[in-house]
Amino acid sequence: MNAMTNHRDIYQVLETVLDPEVPVLSVVDLGIVRKVRLDRGTWQVDICPTYSGCPALDVIALDIKVALDQAGFENSQVNYVLDEPWTTDWISESGRKKLKEYGIAPPVGSPDKLAVNPDDRTVPCPICDSTDTVMVSAFGSTACKSLFKCNSCLEPFDYFKCH
Amino acid sequence: MAIHCNPLLHQFILQLADNALVLGHRISEWCGHGPVLEQDIALANIALDHIGQARMYYQLAASFEDGATEDSYPYQRDVRGFRNLLLLEMENKDFGYTLTRSFFYDQFHYLLLEAIIQSDHKALKEIASQAIKEVRYHCRYSSDWMKRLGDGTEESHQRVQKAVDAFYMYTGEFFMPSAADEYMAAEFNINIESIKEKWLENIQAVLQESTLAMPQDTWFQKGGKTGVHTEKLGFLLAELQYIQRAYPNMNW
Ligand SMILES: [Zn+2]
Repeated sequence: MNAMTNHRDIYQVLETVLDPEVPVLSVVDLGIVRKVRLDRGTWQVDICPTYSGCPALDVIALDIKVALDQAGFENSQVNYVLDEPWTTDWISESGRKKLKEYGIAPPVGSPDKLAVNPDDRTVPCPICDSTDTVMVSAFGSTACKSLFKCNSCLEPFDYFKCH
Repeated sequence: MAIHCNPLLHQFILQLADNALVLGHRISEWCGHGPVLEQDIALANIALDHIGQARMYYQLAASFEDGATEDSYPYQRDVRGFRNLLLLEMENKDFGYTLTRSFFYDQFHYLLLEAIIQSDHKALKEIASQAIKEVRYHCRYSSDWMKRLGDGTEESHQRVQKAVDAFYMYTGEFFMPSAADEYMAAEFNINIESIKEKWLENIQAVLQESTLAMPQDTWFQKGGKTGVHTEKLGFLLAELQYIQRAYPNMNW
């Protein structure tokens, strides 16, 4: 068994596991896969939560397990790790593109760790690219999104907030 | 059941967990009843943050106790076992009371998490680092609403001022150290008394901007941290624990 090849194969499987709440992003795009390692014959996949209360996390862990089983990696275990809090900086470039194509504005810039309040940024409309947009609510359909409205094309849209 | 850490550390973790669970449960009672759709969604999101944080603390507590799981604490303890602050078990009443309760607590919660992040306890630091990012949104949400309601119509001003006056007496407990708090201050450098001044300063600034009056010095309620609760927590737990009491160990 070639561990290096298998490691790549596992990432390929993980690329097919989608976030149930944003079903265009894979768990790899989302940046929640922290480590994949072989430990005494078992593949250990470490994932981190996005938001503490994200109800999708248990489903994601199960989906990863099932996808690995089906790909022939029957000895696998999914672990939750917290050592570093997840940030939207870990969303991949391809993930950002997929979000925009899906109609969700990707995070603008990096989170400001020092600010007590999440800062306000100009969020371009994912549909018409206008920067004349306004936040309707900081809390959107899921914890990771806020609700915006575009003043140019008048469409409402979700913004994947900087976190 | 044996506990494999200092029992005071265990109690401190449960204080954090119970605060998160009880407030999360209270806020979740708004789900489907919000004044407008956006606020209904916002409150549900915030409730979920608190309940998610509660789960992380309960999991940590369970890791130190033989035979315990994260579900043992919320479902299998009686009122006297809960260590949450009294303020958090207060009823929602109206939107003004709900937001005032959150406002007082969010400002404290943020400073407490900051203290934990600067402390010497690794597992708690990890949870706090995750949680504080969410609590920033909570702080902003509740203080924005204090300003909108306080500096809004005559009626909204009056109603939110009433809530401020009613709930202020429950905030003194934040800074009255329990045995667990004293242990954490001595061993891990998490000192709740040291954040009081900053909390007062932050509260005063927002109230002033909201054109709301800061309550006068008052007698402060206490008891939550030692398990002496108001009757309100009993009713909350009756609902929260009903299924597990009726059908022990049943799964969804
Ligand atoms: Zn647009």
